Amino acid sequence: MSQSTPSRNYRVLIGKPGLDGHDRGAKVIARALRDAGFEVIYSGLHQTPEMLVNIALQEDVDCIGLSILSGAHNTLMPDVVKLLNEQGASDIFVFGGGIIPDEDIPKLKDQGVLEIFTPGTSTSDVVEFLTKACEKRHS
Amino acid sequence: MTKTPLNTDNIIQRVLDKDIRAAGRLMRWVDDDLDKVKPLLAQLFEHTGHARIIGITGNPGAGKSTLVNQLIKELRQRGKTVGCIAVDPTSPFSGGAILGDRVRMQQHALDSGVFIRSVATRGNLGGISRSTPAIVHILDAMKFDVILIETVGVGQDEVDIVRLADTSVVLNVPGLGDDIQASKAGILEIADLLVINKADRDGMQRLRRELRTMIELGDFEENDWKPPVIETIATSSQGIDNLADAIFKHLEWLDTHQDQKHEVELERHHHYIGLVAMGEIERIVQHERASERWSEQLEKVRTREISPYEAAQTLLSYIIEAKR
Repeated sequence: MSQSTPSRNYRVLIGKPGLDGHDRGAKVIARALRDAGFEVIYSGLHQTPEMLVNIALQEDVDCIGLSILSGAHNTLMPDVVKLLNEQGASDIFVFGGGIIPDEDIPKLKDQGVLEIFTPGTSTSDVVEFLTKACEKRHS
Repeated sequence: MTKTPLNTDNIIQRVLDKDIRAAGRLMRWVDDDLDKVKPLLAQLFEHTGHARIIGITGNPGAGKSTLVNQLIKELRQRGKTVGCIAVDPTSPFSGGAILGDRVRMQQHALDSGVFIRSVATRGNLGGISRSTPAIVHILDAMKFDVILIETVGVGQDEVDIVRLADTSVVLNVPGLGDDIQASKAGILEIADLLVINKADRDGMQRLRRELRTMIELGDFEENDWKPPVIETIATSSQGIDNLADAIFKHLEWLDTHQDQKHEVELERHHHYIGLVAMGEIERIVQHERASERWSEQLEKVRTREISPYEAAQTLLSYIIEAKR
């Protein structure tokens, strides 16, 4: 058995909000996070922000990763952040991935999305970023 | 929505008030086995004992998640609120897990009468996690009418669910051929209901015949519950109403057979007290491993002055004395 197994497992929800059906990226990230010792809850396709936030509360995740390739990120991502705030769950952080134009990234971050990972990001960078962010959340 | 942060003083009241976030958090604490949880769960226990607990088990790919999803729908139509615990395996290499059962349960994500929790086994064998009984208590205290537990599909060894559930449902699928032969013995012992899912597949007749024969050969007394065989096609929700009927019939049977019911309850608590006690002992031993006297004994075993058995005995006697 691995010695690196953390005594506490970080939990992450990987969500596919909106109408696109391209879930390869979401699955690659889910697998990489699993291999790094995370418990990954995968929502499946076509979720609304309301559904994702409800799942996040029931599952008590540390963070929500949103994979969006439909171009609807500018509404869907801030919606999830807003709903989390409304539920008193602003401590659950949101990150995103997919086809996101560079010029949209600062706007999304201004609206509370912690980080955006665009195509070409290595999975180890994602894992490292999330591990640090989760550690910080629990410290 | 209250914005007060959750803490050990307010979490139990908020769980009793059916606060989703509080329940989710308490389940997390249970899973992480934090010391602060036991007194909290002790407070919660007096509010439990109302829910009916249904275990769903079967081979990987038998259609457990799909069936559970349909069963939730059926129970909601019958006016029942439903808590659901979906267990998936933890990777033995990384300690991580992909919990994907929700993919098939999406339609309930916005229904406040349904609470679904994904749980990883975290190394526990037997088809459920160590935390599962406590998570059942939490859902029970939130006054969910029915709690469905979907076990890991590990095959023939999911006996833990029997001790936890009022009704154990075992899924079978046609076409597994000789595997059926192999799994017969185990299945009969734990099933209150036998389901043939994917009943539109080749081999259904044969499987039904085999299961029925197996039941006929079973050693049932007049007063015993005899597991019925129910055919379902979960993907198109066929037979789900029959399954729900059979579940309620079994629960009614338990209610009218108090001796059997007491046995189920005794077995459940008997098992759980043992589980909690074992966890406590494990923790004490784990703590002892960092001690000086452990190192002393270790060195004596290394030089073969004493045996590992003597060392363990000596260390145990230290622990027992300290506890007196």
